Formats: sequence, C-alpha cells, structure tokens
Amino acid sequence: MTPTGMDRFALTAITFLPAVAALLLMLFPRGHKQEDEHGHLLYGNDQAFKYAALFASLIAFIISLHLPAHFDYHTAGFQPRFSTDLLWIKFPEIHYHLGVDGISMWLVILTTFLVPLSILIQWNSIHGRVKEFMVLILLLETAMIGVFLALDLFLFYVFWEATLIPMALLIGMYGHERRVYAAVKFFLYTMVASVFMLGSIIWLYLHVGSFDYIEIQAALLSGKIPGIDHAALWLFLGFFAAFAVKVPLFPFHTWLPDAHVEAPTAGSVLLAGVLLKMGTYGLMRFNVALFPEEARKHAPWIITLAIIGIIYGALVALVQPNLKKLVAYSSVSHLGFVVLGIFSFTTAGADGAVYQMLNHGVSTGALFMLCGMIYDRRHTFEIKQFGGLATPMPVYAIIFLIITLSSIGLPLTNGFVGEFLVLSGAFQAKSLYGALAATGVIWSAGYMLWLYQRTFYGELTLDVNRRLPDATMREKVSLFPLVAMAIIMGLFSPYWMQAIDPSSRAVNNARVSTMGIQGTTSETMTRNSAPPIVRSQITNHQSPITR
Amino acid sequence: MNASIHYITILPELILSVVGIIIMLADPFFDAPAGRSRKPLGWVAFFGTLAALASCFYQAALSDGSYSFFHMIRMDAFSVFFHVVVISVSALAVLSSLDYLETQGIKSGEYYALILFATVGMGLLSSAMELVMLFIALEISSISTYILAGYRRRFAASSESSLKYFLLGSFATAFFLYGIALIYGATGTTNISLIAQALHVHGHVSALVYLALVLMFVGMGFKVAAAPFHVWTPDVYEGAPAPVVALMSTGPKAAAFALLLRVLFGAFGSIAAWWLPLIWITAALSMTIGNLGALLQNNVKRMLAYSSIAHAGYILVAVAARRPEGIAAVLFYSASYAAMNVGAFAVASHFASRGEKYVSIDDYAGLGRRSPVLAATLTVFMLSLIGIPLTGGFFAKFYVFTSALASNLVWLTVIGLVNSAIAAYYYLRLIVVMYMKEGDDSVEIVPVPVAVATSLLLAAGLTIYLGVAPGSVLAYAGRAAHDLLRF
Repeated sequence: MTPTGMDRFALTAITFLPAVAALLLMLFPRGHKQEDEHGHLLYGNDQAFKYAALFASLIAFIISLHLPAHFDYHTAGFQPRFSTDLLWIKFPEIHYHLGVDGISMWLVILTTFLVPLSILIQWNSIHGRVKEFMVLILLLETAMIGVFLALDLFLFYVFWEATLIPMALLIGMYGHERRVYAAVKFFLYTMVASVFMLGSIIWLYLHVGSFDYIEIQAALLSGKIPGIDHAALWLFLGFFAAFAVKVPLFPFHTWLPDAHVEAPTAGSVLLAGVLLKMGTYGLMRFNVALFPEEARKHAPWIITLAIIGIIYGALVALVQPNLKKLVAYSSVSHLGFVVLGIFSFTTAGADGAVYQMLNHGVSTGALFMLCGMIYDRRHTFEIKQFGGLATPMPVYAIIFLIITLSSIGLPLTNGFVGEFLVLSGAFQAKSLYGALAATGVIWSAGYMLWLYQRTFYGELTLDVNRRLPDATMREKVSLFPLVAMAIIMGLFSPYWMQAIDPSSRAVNNARVSTMGIQGTTSETMTRNSAPPIVRSQITNHQSPITR
Repeated sequence: MNASIHYITILPELILSVVGIIIMLADPFFDAPAGRSRKPLGWVAFFGTLAALASCFYQAALSDGSYSFFHMIRMDAFSVFFHVVVISVSALAVLSSLDYLETQGIKSGEYYALILFATVGMGLLSSAMELVMLFIALEISSISTYILAGYRRRFAASSESSLKYFLLGSFATAFFLYGIALIYGATGTTNISLIAQALHVHGHVSALVYLALVLMFVGMGFKVAAAPFHVWTPDVYEGAPAPVVALMSTGPKAAAFALLLRVLFGAFGSIAAWWLPLIWITAALSMTIGNLGALLQNNVKRMLAYSSIAHAGYILVAVAARRPEGIAAVLFYSASYAAMNVGAFAVASHFASRGEKYVSIDDYAGLGRRSPVLAATLTVFMLSLIGIPLTGGFFAKFYVFTSALASNLVWLTVIGLVNSAIAAYYYLRLIVVMYMKEGDDSVEIVPVPVAVATSLLLAAGLTIYLGVAPGSVLAYAGRAAHDLLRF
C-alpha cells in the first residue's frame, strides 16, 4: 500500500488538532460574568467551551483511529508510511520528525481516548475558570501526543517540557486544598530531572551531529562515536533520571501521591493514564533502545528499585486511609511491574510492559474517575466516611468492582494479560525477580479488595451516605468505554499484540554491533530473525552520521 | 591606516543624538502654563529610536566590516547586532515609560533624552575599536544611566540607588581606565588590532599586560553585573524607576558584553589561556550567587536583579567556551535576555502603579484572574527566563551549554544546568502566585494603556519568535562572531 495524503498528515493532525482548538477557544469570548453561590466565577459561554473541547478531543480520537486501521503489521519499528520529516530550525539542525511504531501508536490512542472521557467526568466539577481549564487540557493533549510521536530528540524534549506547564497549572488552579504545594513539587521534580536529559541530548547532538532519533540510534549501535565508552554511562543516567522521576520509580516517587491527591479528577486521570507512561515509554525508547549495553549492565539495580516499588507501593496502599492516595500508591506498584518487564529483556516482559501501560491507563484512569465521582458527592476521600455504598449506589458499585478486578489482574480482564506476561518475562530473566514481583499481585488483591469491602459492603453507617445519588448518565457515559475496554482488552489481547510485539522486539533487539551479535544465545535473539533496527529500514532522508 | 570618515558607520548614533538634543531643546516649551505632560516628547524619542533601528538595518545591508574615523570605529555584523539589541531595548523602555512617568508624576523631557544618549554610548561600545573611544562610550552610557536611576527624586531609595550606582560605577570605570593606561604602557597603543598584533608578535608578554587585563576585567565585570562584582545590583535595581531598570538590566549589559568580547577576543585573544580561568570562576560564581540570592527575595525588582546576575553568569559560560559558536551564543543570549527582561520589567513597571507601591511578589496574587493579559505575558517572560522550550530563553541557554560542552567545559555545564533547575523555583513562584493564589482586591490594577500593551506584545512576540524560529537571528549572530574574530 502506498501512503496516502491522509497517512502523511495523520500524525500532525492528531498532534496539533487539540492545540489549534485550544487557540480558537482562547479567542472565543467568555460571555457575561456571574457568580455562583460559592463565589466561583462563571461565565455565560462556559457550556459552549465544554462542548467545544469535548468535540475537539473526540475528533482527535477519531482521527487517531486512522493509525491502527492503516498500520502495517508486518513492519517492526517505525512506520514509514506515517512518518513526517521537515526541517524546523537550520542551526542546530532540528527536524519536525514524527513517527509511530506499535508501541507509540497505542499510547497515542490511549491519550486521545482518555482526554474526552476526562473532560466529560469533570463536566460539572470545574469550579470557575472553565475556559482556562479546557484550554489547558487541550494543550496538554497536544504535548502528550507529541512526546509519543517525536522522533527528533529536540522535538521530544520540547514536548516533554511542554506537558509540564499545563499539568502544573491544572493541579495548581483546580486542585484541592494543598494544590499549590503539589503543583510546585510536581513541576520542580520533573524540571530538575529533565535538565539531566537535556545534558545527554546535547552531548549526543555534539558527537553525532544530529538530533534525529534514527540517526543517533544508528550511530550509537555502530559503537563508533568517539568518547562513547566513557560517556555512555552518564548519558544513560541522564535519560534515566528524567524518566525514573516521571514513572515514578522508587525512591523518586514522592511527588506522585501529592500531585494525584491534589489534582482535579481530569488531571489525575491524565497524570496516571498518560503522563506516567511517558516515563516508561522513554525508558524503552531511549534507555533500552539507545543504550542496550548500559541498560543490560544496570538492569539488576533498576529491577531491584522496580521490585521495591511494587512491594512498597502496595504496602503503603494497604494502610492508606485516603481513597485517592491509595489509588496513587497503587500506581507506584503497577508502574513497578512495567519497569520490571522492560528491564527483564525478554519478549514477554517487554510486550507485557507495553500492555500493562495501556491497562494501567484504562483501569487507573477509571479508578480516578470513580474517586472523583465520590468526591463530588461527599467532598472527602476518607475511606472511613464510606461503607455500605453498594446500597445507595448499585451501578457505581458494579463499575467499581469490574475496574477493581481489572486492576488486580483477574483472568479475562486486561490486567491479567499484562501482569502474566511481565511475570513470565521476569521468571525467564531470573526466578527471584518473578517470585518477588508475584507477591505484588497478592498485595494488590489485598488492598483493592479490602478497599472494596470497606467502601461498598457492610452496613451503611453514616446517614449522609444513605441518599447518595447513583452514577448519572454523564458519568456512566464517561466510565462505560473504560469498563468495556477493560474486558475487551482482556479477551482479545492479540489484536493489540500484533502491533506491540514486533516493535517491542525491535527495542529489545537493538544491540551495539561490535559486541552484540555474538551474544545471541538469549531467547529473544534466536526467536527473532529481525536485525537490529537500522536506519535504512526507516529513514527517508539521508544525512551523514558524523559531521 | 585608513583615514577616511564615513558617517554611515555612526548613523544610528547621529540620529539618536540629534533626536535627543531636539527633545532637550523642546522640553522648556512644555513648562509653559503649568507643566504639561511630556508624553509627546516620549513619542518623539520612540520614533527616534525607530529611525535609528531602521538605519541599523540599512547598515546591515551594506556592512562587510568597514573601518572609519582613523580605525576608531568599525561597522560590521557584530556592531550591527548589538546596535539592534540596545536600540530595541531603549525603544521598548521608552514605550513603557510614557505612562509610567504620568502615573509617577514625573514631568521631564530630559528623561527621554537621557535614554537616547545612554543608547548612543551603548551603541558605540559595540563599534569602537579603540580603548579610549570605548572608555568614552562607557562613560556616555554610564553617566546617563546614573542620572536615570535617580529619577524618582522624592524617594530616598531612588536617590540611594543613583548614588550607589554612581560611586561604584565610577570605581569600576576607573579600574577600566587604569587598565587602558597600563596596556598603553606595555604595548604603546590603545588600538585593539594593534594591541593584538603587539601581543602576538612578542612571544614574551610582560606582567603589565596581565595586570591591565585584570583591571579591565574588573571594570567589565562590574558593568555586566557578574559576581563577585555584583553587589550593587539589587539595591540599584530596587530603587531605580522600573522602566529604567528594564533598560539598564539589558541594554548596558548587552553593550558591556560587546565590550568584553571585543577586549578579550580582540585585544587579548592570544593570551586566552590566561583569562579563561577568570571567566570560568566568574561564570560559576555569578550563576550560583545570582540564583541563590534570587530564591530569598520577596521584591520582584530585587528578584529580577539577582536573576540578572545569574544570567550574566550563563552568558559568561558561553564566553568561556572560547569558540565562534560560543560568541554567537553570547549574542543570541543578550538578544533574547533583552526581550524577556524588558518585557518582565514592563509588566512590573505598569503593575507597580503610583509611587511603585506594588512591588512585592505577594501583590501579584490573583493577577491571572484580574488581568489575564498582564498575567499571560508575564508568564511568557518567566517561562523564558526559566528556559522552557518554545521561548527565546530556552534556545539561548541551549546554545550556551552546547558551545560549552563542545569545548569540554563539562563541570561548568553541570553547574549551569543545576543552576537553571534551581532558578525554575523562583520564577515559577511568580506564576504560582498569579494563577493559584487568591488576590486581595485592595491592590488596584490600572487598565493597560496602549503604549504599554504595545511594548508587552512586542517583547512577548520577540521572546516567542526567538523560541520558535531562532534560525535567522542565530545565523546573523554567527556572522557577527566571525566578524569579531576576523577584524
């Protein structure tokens, strides 16, 4: 199939449609001013802004479905038909280079899928400044999609930093009591860590003469960059710092509970659903695929941190009195699984890691929505304040149950597929890793089911809870797609895997040529004949590796 | 030696001087019945700067490095670049002064004339090729800014600022002059090209030259507000009128960097190994002291003062790289710093209102809700000062650290990167206060007048332009660097 005009334009359209919508919203007048009974500022056109943002994000979602429909499932690595490569700045030579592979495609769709839902769930609980809220969320969407699609390291950095501002503002302007503290902490943690990544990117640029991901990868894997022997470790750590904070990997996770608890619902959904995946995506795309030797050398301690995160996150979640904080710590635990899968360097592990990223987006996204719904009703996250909620809110309870089961990885739900693959990868790598990580599954069943029991079963102890309204139509509409996906992705995982598997193998198979090829005894190499990704496969522009 | 006189090489200075003199002459007529507003004179000054700017572009079109006035003036890409920067800065400063002077009740036409004269000095600093000429240019620009700093006569802080600036500044220029005297003693010339030749020809360099270099370095370090010669900065910035601070934190700084580049690379290029450590230390100190100092400030002007020390440090990192890309980075940094800092001060000077009442960071609470335009533009400037992508500040830092890494200044780069991360905190604080804190409505916000709005939009537009399409400016900066090294 030859690429059509739509193919070439698709990535740009998906990326920038939300930003264009945001700019249009900025120019649109607010309408007449009024104040509600709580003193929040409302404007006449608030509803219009909500519908417009919802509409724009839905269009972006629909366009993004073009990707799986026209995806070439026989190609590992980046899809030539979708790639866009234009010169943006002459010196230093920065390209507007977007590309997509099986990993980033699904992460992009996860993003476009979650944004309209998170707008919908926040519909009535934006207290004032609706216009800014919608603008920020759309700008955030553009930045997030850009992170997954950028194939120019500079462009990647631009999008990476660009996610920071709207997210920090969303937390700081619309969050709960300690929002300012949480927003600043979030911003500074990520900012400080990404400075190290910038250092690595500049080093690579100076020694490779390009920001292009494909060119840099080819140069790194050829092992011919002068001075790389001494620098490789530092470059690896530079990238690692930025991504480890974002994931967040224990012990860099302390920003996460604050940011999550204080963020408005939509913010939490996107933070957990997408922003954390930027970290794990970065680990795969940069740390593993660019520095395969370093990644393998340092896998033991990274896996150790991941396993500590799995267990620590689960244990802290177990004792949390605060519903939202519990879900936040469960994220630390779940993301530990993803990192474990990535650094197990097995096909199963990598596939499972990518699948688990999507699952976590779906199930934790839904959990945060559910948290937001109960907060809208009761204005508290204290688990003690609930109990017996199944009686007044049966639909809510059922949705919560399905999502809980998906989150703990019950067979037939999406969580099972991901966790199973990651654990089997971990056992292949070292049985100790698998054994320790498997306890995480037990812990997660523990804290989630216990949470469920405390919240929904038993007697209705508090009178306030007696007349809580059940999920409204709007809330059902925003949750139903996630519930459906949790089950569909559990039943039909091969549909996703056909795109993920070749790409994650390509990531694992990237090896430095001088030493990599001899050591092909590992299971991944023998089972896969695909050569390491080389630029000839993908690039459509020629420029020298070193200038 | 080429004895020809081409007035074209000093065309911007001629225009600025003539307009300045016209303003001085016209000023008394405004005193007539009861002290009329000097706004028309401000507009004259503004159009004067525009004309000077246009003449710079005219120069750019034909300049390929021509000497004039007995080798005292050189017109090349380097001088044109800095002329454009300093003249744009004074144009924006004039714009944001127009209404500022009205609110502060300052009725004076010389104010505008002084801005123009200061600009003449700054312009000459980038085109003079002769140490005595450079000294005179330095004095023209400094003396005008000393006076401008004291313009809020009724406030002790302003007079203190002016006096402090004057005393310490005079010391600094005296150091510089002493250096010139010694270098004349050592080489028998004050012409930069001849000094370079003299140093190059003799294998042995006398101790006098080193002493002269150090003395001149002290003087220039003061002018760029680099640590450890920075102590005057916070007090002077705090007391001086906000639009004047906008001017003097960017224009003279850029011009002083032009001087520094000219002296170090032009005259002392052959003994670079000797002055590099000085630059290294000054850069590291300035970044660290500036940023740590700024963390503790509650006054916006003082905060920006410390931040300007830190930015001088970043620029010095590029100087320390000692390569053409580094010089281009210095130029690019000066330009983008000028855009964002003038913008930030334009917001501050408008917001401060009568008697500069509102200068504490807490006063900005709720600005995001109460004046979205002011808050949004200030956010752009703060993000640029942090160095967030898509703003000029990002590319400026990017070029600086790229050139430093290319010269293997790994530690200086690490110090710089850590510093830019620290700096994020205090700039961010202002954004947080504007958008996330509820303001107290007693802080009155005057609607933004046209002149201020224009200067804000111009500054914000330039900041974003430099962040999205830095290519052409950087290319010209590269040419300028080439011209500086070639002469």
